[in-house]
Amino acid sequence: MDQGTLSERKKTTLRISLFVACYNDTLFPETGKSVVRLLERLGHQVEFPFEQTCCGQMHYNTGYQPEAMPLLRRFVEVFQDSDAVCIPSSSCVAMVRDHYVKMAEAAGDFALRRDVEVLLPRVFELTELLVDQLGVEDVGAYYPHRVTYHASCHSLRSLHLGNRPMRLLRKVRGIELVELEELEQCCGFGGTFAVKNGEVSAAMLADKLRCVTATRAEVVTAVDNSCLMHIFGGLHRQGAGIKAVHLAEILASTEEGAS
Amino acid sequence: MPDGSSDARSTILDRVRKANASVSGDHRAADYDAIPREYQRVASADRAEILKMFAERLREYDARVREAASLTAIPDEIRAALAEYGQRSALVADGFPREWLPDGLSWGAEADADIAAMDRAEGTIVACEVAIAHTGTIVLRDARRLTLLPDRLLCVVRKEQVVETVPEAFARLQAFAADALTFVSGPSATADIEMTRIRGVHGPRFLDVVLV
Amino acid sequence: MSVRVGEAARAPSFQKAAHTLLKDDQLRNNVRHATDVITHKRAGVVAEQHDWQQMRTTASAIKAHTLRYLDEYLAQFEATCTAAGGHVHWAADADEANRIIVELIQKHGGREVIKVKTMTSDEIGLNSVLEASGIHPHETDLADMIIQLGHDHPSHIVVPALHKNRRQVREIFMRAMGLKELGDKPEDLTEAARRYLREKFLKVKIGFSGANYLIAETGGVCVVESEGNARMCLTLPDVLITLAGIEKVIPTFGDLEVFLQLLPRSATGERMNPYNSLWTGVHTDEGPKEFHVVLLDNGRTRILADRESRETLHCIRCGACLNTCPVYRQTGGHAYGSIYAGPIGAILTPQLFDMEHSQSLPYASSLCGACYEVCPVKINIPEVLIHLRGRVVREQQSGASLEAIGMKAMARVFTSRRRFEAAQRLGRIGQWPFVSDGWIRHLPGMLGNWTAVRDLQPMPSQTFRNWWREREKENHDA
Repeated sequence: MDQGTLSERKKTTLRISLFVACYNDTLFPETGKSVVRLLERLGHQVEFPFEQTCCGQMHYNTGYQPEAMPLLRRFVEVFQDSDAVCIPSSSCVAMVRDHYVKMAEAAGDFALRRDVEVLLPRVFELTELLVDQLGVEDVGAYYPHRVTYHASCHSLRSLHLGNRPMRLLRKVRGIELVELEELEQCCGFGGTFAVKNGEVSAAMLADKLRCVTATRAEVVTAVDNSCLMHIFGGLHRQGAGIKAVHLAEILASTEEGAS
Repeated sequence: MPDGSSDARSTILDRVRKANASVSGDHRAADYDAIPREYQRVASADRAEILKMFAERLREYDARVREAASLTAIPDEIRAALAEYGQRSALVADGFPREWLPDGLSWGAEADADIAAMDRAEGTIVACEVAIAHTGTIVLRDARRLTLLPDRLLCVVRKEQVVETVPEAFARLQAFAADALTFVSGPSATADIEMTRIRGVHGPRFLDVVLV
Repeated sequence: MSVRVGEAARAPSFQKAAHTLLKDDQLRNNVRHATDVITHKRAGVVAEQHDWQQMRTTASAIKAHTLRYLDEYLAQFEATCTAAGGHVHWAADADEANRIIVELIQKHGGREVIKVKTMTSDEIGLNSVLEASGIHPHETDLADMIIQLGHDHPSHIVVPALHKNRRQVREIFMRAMGLKELGDKPEDLTEAARRYLREKFLKVKIGFSGANYLIAETGGVCVVESEGNARMCLTLPDVLITLAGIEKVIPTFGDLEVFLQLLPRSATGERMNPYNSLWTGVHTDEGPKEFHVVLLDNGRTRILADRESRETLHCIRCGACLNTCPVYRQTGGHAYGSIYAGPIGAILTPQLFDMEHSQSLPYASSLCGACYEVCPVKINIPEVLIHLRGRVVREQQSGASLEAIGMKAMARVFTSRRRFEAAQRLGRIGQWPFVSDGWIRHLPGMLGNWTAVRDLQPMPSQTFRNWWREREKENHDA
């Protein structure tokens, strides 16, 4: 886009609205806190609209599409006036980007569809916001650990994040990055798949855990806590001694306030 | 025609029309022409590279490739190719130029051969319609049984018959679109047992190409 | 119409089937080895094709266009094939197709048929109908022969016997061919197959095949293969019967230029498979003197009618989606209970039945999207899976099921901030019985599937939004 990044255009600090994601809000607040600390450290303003709840992905993907419609409307209503929406969950971004327009159209609500289309260009996954919009790769992070990166399916195949996460990780001081074998292979979480097809999910997890433990990393990271919850759940059950940490928490980490 | 088939015909076509009621229009031809075709359809390499690629890709399939310097050199190359197998005879496809065959060996004509003869034959000699460098393919017209039953197949390919890409081949084959065409890319193979590629299940196990 | 898809209507659910298959280490090893090999080969030949994405776009567009005008193209094919000396038959369902084929064979007094691999014949259950009519079908594809002689079921679209290793194949051959000794190298096994089948090829007068492509423009048929057995069955017999689903038709001869580049690379990771046979009607000089095409519906028109999922009919049966699927990799094909397995099976099988059977299949996926990435005709399988899940919930599931009640309750929670925050509070309290030593290791009911292999961290004492609230208060007070 010739107009430069968002913050260049505004010539001021950016006001970023945070959609933290329902499961992060409830189970992984540290990720949300890290996003806030990180963006503020980079000189931007973060706001958190309390009316946000859930993007509707779980319902939509499990076959309860009608139940997801009100959640779509809610999302649009809450964020339609935001300059930029930051979401530290690539599966939620994929839900919004890949499905919201079609859903509005299928509901025959063309005003809603327009509202979605107008909002979409302002919705960003965290690494997209940092690398593309804020134009930064070195976020001033310090994280002296051996870390391996797992590419979540939505980040890879829906958002095509490519090497954005790695570019950010490489600039973290003190970090030792080790490549994960079969990093593009699905971890087996798949939302309700993990319980509806628990055994196959477990078999897929076992393969992923084998690759993770083979790296002898201290930490496995990703841009989605859904995958990490699944992977860490298995690592902990195994007693593997490897932690799972969301990318945001690594990037927010400094010498003073280690995450 | 078995009973009810025409009922099935109208049933099926009705179902199709109903299913398409809101999607299609009256513009089949225009709709067809609107299909995007941005894949490669013309040659991008020069002739020398194309011929080199053709020979290389054939060899990757375990086919043997010999080059004849001119049309008059073809018989010698055929002789040499057959000698490697100790082969002394072959069935020759109808229409294959007789002057390309070396003397001193025993030739049978396709038109005179029955299935039993083809089954017994040491090998087959044939020319092709077009060849594709990209995929190491030779395209044969007719002579289907002849190029299937004997264990060895020798094909003479003229350099001007070799095109780089599959779409170019199809452009040349358009005139023969309703004929019996066989695309041959190496000897027959299977990978059905533990994914190990084995050559030669039912078709010829040995493929020789004389490029001229 | 009554649809048959092999034995799929009676197959156990995916979860049940997977439970048993996950215990079969030999199978899992064979599947893993096979899929690793093919995906690696495919990646290589796709990488060297600079216009791969453009070809996918064209192929998908050709298929979509053809489906939009399918009635015209089917009628055109019938006209051109008939003009070239072929006979075209129409079969609304499996029973009708079987009846037509049996009658054609019996008309010629045939007691044996040599068959080229076609999944469509498995779909309609042709072989058992033939046997019941006193006609013995000889499968001539090596893998299908292994399956037939071993009284087994195919587990993959392109490599049906990949769940068998060489020792298992050797046992099957020795028993079925009456061999006293046989090496176990793949070369020995294919040599045995070659000799065994040669005799059949030269003797049996009636051949049966499927079709990869039916060409409307010319009335031609294209069959893609590797071993040479199709060429045998297509040229040596006096009578040839070809069965094809109505979605196999493509508009023109020239359109093959795209499909013949996409299919071999996707299916077996080769630039081109050994043999492609193209013929039109009856050829005077050689080949069958009588040629019949049986066009099969068997549920396809119903798929066509569902706009959200008609792209399922783009499928050219390459098997690439199976090879790349992380779920298939764990279970193999038998878990899908249908001739059509893997990602394409998960959407095709239930739809052929109008969602009346095989409803567990749309859930046999983590929606990772790897299949869509490799599909040469751009079927958005994850999208279709989600759409079919919606149909299962709407059409087949009881609104009073535990899951439905739970999902509706959660939706209510998410539509109000107060309910959401109340639920967060409730969760923090309600989880206490399950937390031990700082972790949740056991949950009841279906959630127990999670804790079967994973620990769960309990909800932290402070949610993100409460942290934010506190921070705001501090900032205000400061």
